[in-house]
Amino acid sequence: MKQYETVIGLEVHVELDTKTKIFCSCSTAFGGEPNTHVCPVCTGMPGALPVLNQKVVEFAVAVGLALDCSITRYCKFDRKNYFYPDNPQNYQISQLYLPICRAGGVEIETEAGKKTVGIHEIHMEEDAGKLIHMEGENCSLVDYNRSGVPLLEIVTEPDMRTSMEVVAFLEKLRSMIQYLGASDCKLQEGSMRVDVNLSVREAGSTALGVRTEMKNLNSFRGISRAIEKETIRQIQLLESGRKVVQETRRWDDALEDSYVMRSKEDARDYRYFPEPDLPPVRVDEAWLKEIKARQPEFREEKRKRYRKDYGISDYDAGILTETKAMADVFEKAAALSKLPKKAANWLMGETLRLQKEHHMEAKELPFSPEHLAELVLLTESGAINSTVAKEVFEEMFLHDVDPGRYVEEKGLRTLGDEGELRDCIYRILEENPKSVRDYLNGKDRALGFLVGQTMKATKGQADPEKVQQLLKEILQK
Amino acid sequence: MEITDLTAASLGKKIKAGALTAEDAVRAACEQIRRLEPVLHSFITIDEAGALSQAKAVQEKIESGELTGPLAGVPIAVKDNLCTEGLRTTCGSNMLEHFTPCYSATAVNRLREAGMILLGKTNMDEFAMGSTTETSYFGATNNPWDLACAPGGSSGGSCAAVAAGECFCALGSDTGGSIRQPSAFCGVTGLKPTYGTVSRYGLIAYASSLDQIGPIAKDVTDCAMLLDVIASWDAKDSTSMLREPCDFAGALGEEAAHLRIGIPVNYLKEGLDPEIERAIQEAGEALAKRGAVVEEFQMGLADYAVSAYYIIASAEASSNLARFDGVKYGHRAEEVLNLHEMYKKSRSQGFGPEVKRRILLGSFVLSSGYYDAYYLKALQARALIKREFDRAFASYDVILSPAAPTPAPRLGESLQDPMQMYLNDVYTVSANLAGLPGITLPWKLNRKGLPIGVQLLGDCFQEQKILRAAYVLEQSRVFPACPLAKSDRIKESGEGTVR
Repeated sequence: MKQYETVIGLEVHVELDTKTKIFCSCSTAFGGEPNTHVCPVCTGMPGALPVLNQKVVEFAVAVGLALDCSITRYCKFDRKNYFYPDNPQNYQISQLYLPICRAGGVEIETEAGKKTVGIHEIHMEEDAGKLIHMEGENCSLVDYNRSGVPLLEIVTEPDMRTSMEVVAFLEKLRSMIQYLGASDCKLQEGSMRVDVNLSVREAGSTALGVRTEMKNLNSFRGISRAIEKETIRQIQLLESGRKVVQETRRWDDALEDSYVMRSKEDARDYRYFPEPDLPPVRVDEAWLKEIKARQPEFREEKRKRYRKDYGISDYDAGILTETKAMADVFEKAAALSKLPKKAANWLMGETLRLQKEHHMEAKELPFSPEHLAELVLLTESGAINSTVAKEVFEEMFLHDVDPGRYVEEKGLRTLGDEGELRDCIYRILEENPKSVRDYLNGKDRALGFLVGQTMKATKGQADPEKVQQLLKEILQK
Repeated sequence: MEITDLTAASLGKKIKAGALTAEDAVRAACEQIRRLEPVLHSFITIDEAGALSQAKAVQEKIESGELTGPLAGVPIAVKDNLCTEGLRTTCGSNMLEHFTPCYSATAVNRLREAGMILLGKTNMDEFAMGSTTETSYFGATNNPWDLACAPGGSSGGSCAAVAAGECFCALGSDTGGSIRQPSAFCGVTGLKPTYGTVSRYGLIAYASSLDQIGPIAKDVTDCAMLLDVIASWDAKDSTSMLREPCDFAGALGEEAAHLRIGIPVNYLKEGLDPEIERAIQEAGEALAKRGAVVEEFQMGLADYAVSAYYIIASAEASSNLARFDGVKYGHRAEEVLNLHEMYKKSRSQGFGPEVKRRILLGSFVLSSGYYDAYYLKALQARALIKREFDRAFASYDVILSPAAPTPAPRLGESLQDPMQMYLNDVYTVSANLAGLPGITLPWKLNRKGLPIGVQLLGDCFQEQKILRAAYVLEQSRVFPACPLAKSDRIKESGEGTVR
């Protein structure tokens, strides 16, 4: 068999996290009762007109800058005409001739090394409604809540060769968009949708083969499986002397296979033309500057910096930077407490545990960096012991309590007065003569029991190490 | 003098002075409608009950001093492609026979805020596609000056209603001359404002980059006052313009001393009715007599305007009208097997032949392989035509020209030859391509007793200049009222019923 190379380009749709839709002021909230987030504009009412949401342009420019694109300073919208009932106007407002971003690139790293994936263009467009097919009934219903939700379509160059590269690219893209707050990029919920364009060619060849487009990919795993399967399918076709047909295929996750949705012959003529209801968008120098100034430090730079500035391992830095929310809390708490590693431990340990226990998302951090820093300092100064600290953290996490105030109110401060603790120990020794004898007879276990009794008597406020040290000292006398 | 003979301005004054009430005005208009509709058919929907209840409320507000505008209490008719909340809006089409909008167009809201009273919705060519109002699904409107003639179009219903005294003024829309041409045919004054002056929000689009709402009235003053009411920047229309505050009615003065008037002589060529050509010369002389500098000049690219217009307008229409498919909007065909058939049958049944012709034409010029040759070329021609106007307006304040090459055609004459009908738009479409304001006012009657209008075009945002020139012309001529509007003639035509 000949050697083949797989050539992959992606079309990624991302639902933008704006409060309102792209051309009207309806809410973009997910999951409302059908047709409750609608108005004359997003239901295509005759006579209604679109008005562009500026936030969509800002997100598009921000994503474009993150992907190293050139920003089109004078961009336009176009109409894409096609009949389908999920689109009340039978045209989609999109961009064809002058998209907002062009000619960018993203560096990815896989086992095969580093490479740059080119970005062909990014354009803004509106989402369609949702069709609901009534089981057993001779009709379908339309929910227009999603109609007019803003989308970015990111089109890459055919620069990827393996599913690993595709996943690396998508992970990086997702992280950047999440860091920008532009979208939550959830494949399962459809806020990120990936279409894979794939062709194969003989190794060494520079001409592109005939490609297929794969749709309905809902997970990174699905994407990887689809790429592997489609590569094999195309190679088998060529090896058996047949040809690859240009077509759109639909991936079936359950069957782990794809089937033809439509062939090139059914390709629609979208009759694109400039949208006459919207004036061109001008991105002037001041606006661009403003957006640039707001660009965050992305994950990769943060990871590097954490290693350098805080001496944190690459693995730990990876966890701390998984979401911008986590990284923000960490950086602030580290700065306030001046104890970055201690702050990091709370975030990587208890935080992840509690998030998992309460089925929360990684970006949900229900406590402030100020409180975390305070807790770190309370522990560090010995004001509370580690058992108490865990309890305080959980309270902080679940009920957003102020750790300092909580410790005072509950009287959880470590017993600092040695005299008081000594008195308590003398009382415990008097109450437990048998354990004292056992210890003096060489049974070390008895010491543990006496420590426990003392801790119990102090309601856990004593520092167990201190208790043990004092007990030994007193018993040796 | 009957109430219905009053201009909107004088009616407004009388109502303000307490000599008449808004209800008197509505009753008089409804009486006129009742008497004339059987022969005119300028309305598709008449809302007498609604108008009377609006009149009551408005009258109270006038008396309490809450409404002080000059047109408060004046009844108005609105073309049936402007959305009116709770009142059906058909666009003259079977497609929208039962469509009742859930919101009102911004222009309609502006009328209400000014205390004007909506009488009903006027007849029009289906989706504003046509030059005679004959393509209306609800039947043609007759020209009040000669019932055997067409009123022009597509705002034929509004123009006929104003001419016949069924209302005191009206709103129309102008995509390629749809206000100016029927105004000329019906002997009324109609103005297409600069693109972006009146919000298009709620105007059911024919060709979005060309459509503009405008006033139709009995004289230039009414036109200017109505424009003052409806002109506004609107956050809901991204193509509306934030203009310097301007007082259109206040711009009218009797002198034309500083105006430079250009007559594009190469426009006045073969095919132009000689009586209309003479009218243009006479109007030029009248302006010169009042102190204007009147010159003849050559206007380039005139031959390309109609082609460019029909390509661009049809292209936009093919997309704008795609929503009428029986799913959410428009007539839905019965007994269909699948979605595709539902689309096909609903649209085949819902649209008339002229609309279908333009949808087909528009879809064709946007198709891959033809886009560059037709649509893109038309856009280039449009840009060049705009440049020609820029050149002309460097030398002239106002361009004087006919509104149409002929007076009102006889009913049934135009539809037989669509190409000829399109070519007759030669004097009006350029203003839409270039976004310019234009006004048509009646100059005189021809030998057959049909009105001849003249058109004045201005540079963008220069409505004041064309209004001033139009006002001077109005002062220079004597134009009779439409005989049909006179009450003694009405009685002869018998009682009608309001449909």
